[in-house]
Amino acid sequence: MCGIAGLIHRGKSSNVGEELQSMLQALKHRGPDSTGYALYANNDGQNFILRFKVGENVGEGSTSVNEDESVYNERKKIVDQKLSELGASLVKEEKLTPYSYRYEIKYDKDLMEFSKAIESIQSVEILSIGKSLELIKDLGDATAVSERYGLNKVQGTHGIGHARMATESGVDIKSAHPFWGYPFADVSVVHNGQLTNYWNNRRALENKGMRFMSECDSELIAVFLAEKMRNGATLEEGMKESLTGLDGVFTYFVATKDSLGMAKDTMAAKPLVLYESDDLVAMGSEEIAIRSILPQEIETYDPFDGEVKVWQT
Amino acid sequence: MANLKTSEKKTKAQSMGMHTETLTGKTQQKFFNPDEAENFFYWGTYDVDFNKRTEVDVKDMDCKEANEKIDQLMSEGYGTVVVKNPQGKHSLGVGILNKLNLIFEGSLGYFGVGSIDGPIVRVNGRVGWSCAENMMAGKVVIEKNAGSCFGAAIRGGDLVCKGSVGARTGIDQKGGTIIVGGDAGAFTGFMMQRGRIVILGDVGINLGDSMYDGTIYVGGKIGSFGSDAVESPMTKDDIDWLNRKLKVAEIGDNFDVSKMTKVVAGKKLWNYDALEPTEKKGAI
Repeated sequence: MCGIAGLIHRGKSSNVGEELQSMLQALKHRGPDSTGYALYANNDGQNFILRFKVGENVGEGSTSVNEDESVYNERKKIVDQKLSELGASLVKEEKLTPYSYRYEIKYDKDLMEFSKAIESIQSVEILSIGKSLELIKDLGDATAVSERYGLNKVQGTHGIGHARMATESGVDIKSAHPFWGYPFADVSVVHNGQLTNYWNNRRALENKGMRFMSECDSELIAVFLAEKMRNGATLEEGMKESLTGLDGVFTYFVATKDSLGMAKDTMAAKPLVLYESDDLVAMGSEEIAIRSILPQEIETYDPFDGEVKVWQT
Repeated sequence: MANLKTSEKKTKAQSMGMHTETLTGKTQQKFFNPDEAENFFYWGTYDVDFNKRTEVDVKDMDCKEANEKIDQLMSEGYGTVVVKNPQGKHSLGVGILNKLNLIFEGSLGYFGVGSIDGPIVRVNGRVGWSCAENMMAGKVVIEKNAGSCFGAAIRGGDLVCKGSVGARTGIDQKGGTIIVGGDAGAFTGFMMQRGRIVILGDVGINLGDSMYDGTIYVGGKIGSFGSDAVESPMTKDDIDWLNRKLKVAEIGDNFDVSKMTKVVAGKKLWNYDALEPTEKKGAI
């Protein structure tokens, strides 16, 4: 089933970490396996925020294995070495869990080459790169993940999140949402639904040099959009192409540094409720997600089939 | 209560021609007998007084607690119940089988007022997916918008949304009337089997896809017709019925119903008219 939520404040910042936590917690019944956040924080914009993991948090059905923390530490050392070789300078590092880190780095070269080099290290996956994007995902519900990573104090303009019920792949971080729009900084995607032409698209995109880190069909959306944007399409153009390029049932959100978008398949098979005002757009799989931050009586509606919308901060 | 297992006596109901078979063996079946009031009983229903009014705030209740509270109020004879702060909760007001004035001051989530048989419901907000699913009788009026599968599989009654509705409105509809003041999404009337759908605004693609029977009236643009849905000429009966129904639904003042498009089943996919009566019953 899965639940997705997103919000964007227009012309101002807010405590998006706490707001998204409330929205996702309200959707816990749609997906208790893992929770993910893509928060667009009020960072200074000088450095890249690199979030990566050096191991897995393994749940039911995962193809990964839990490893000793000493293995994680060794991998982290290799990452540091690789950063140095790539010419990236480490400004600040935080160890968030035994298997995940948040780095602030200075880097001004090609992000695709950078990502390939870092991810060539065994079991290392970049969760996100961006100047405002803070992408966090782990097992547990919204409150558990937020408390583990200290998200309820994150100030920012917008964010998207996902409460996952694992269906076609196992319970682990690599299959959890959001997915980073590799190799673009500050691009993230969450999805509710199933894609039925995953393998055809994946083979075609891999032949074009795009990378997949999981077997989760939802990752295809991030890669699909990234490939369109790499070839010059705007975000909205890429999303409109996805309505015919992706087969199956879906409602998905995509966020960039200064925008938030939604797309709904042509069968309108997956739910979405939307609230829009002059200074806030909030949306989720169910109205209770919106009500968790806006308890007063408000005007909401379901977008129609095949709709694509993009809002700016 | 009469002994239904062994009764040899011809009951009043049998005399009236309501049934003829002799009851033998163990059975739970109960028949109406005017002489035996205890057999004339619809389980889960209450005699309520419309003039007896109360309010209940469900802000801090989950849906089960809220529904049990409504049930308790009906058992105490309240015939007009105002529910405050529903706040998009799911499955509120479901399974009400008696007359009741039920007013929600706010919005409902999924499966609101499903499987009802008789109450008059007003929602002063929006409703989520599958509002009034399987409704059998009564009247439901939604003041704002509704999600997808609005009135799924309803069998009777009037279901009105003054705003717009999502996809698959009236899916598997088996009777009753659905009236929408705004637009409707894709697959409106998908596999509908009986009843009528009235959309004053535009509808999306695949209108009436695979419909068995029933009628759909559309006031605005149609995205596309679904498989086996065909246009049919409007008749005076249609116009009279629409004018009357819109008045009851409190929408469409001065709306020119004569310009609506009438859509029916082409009966190429399914055709009840070619079935034996027993097959017809089984199919529905």
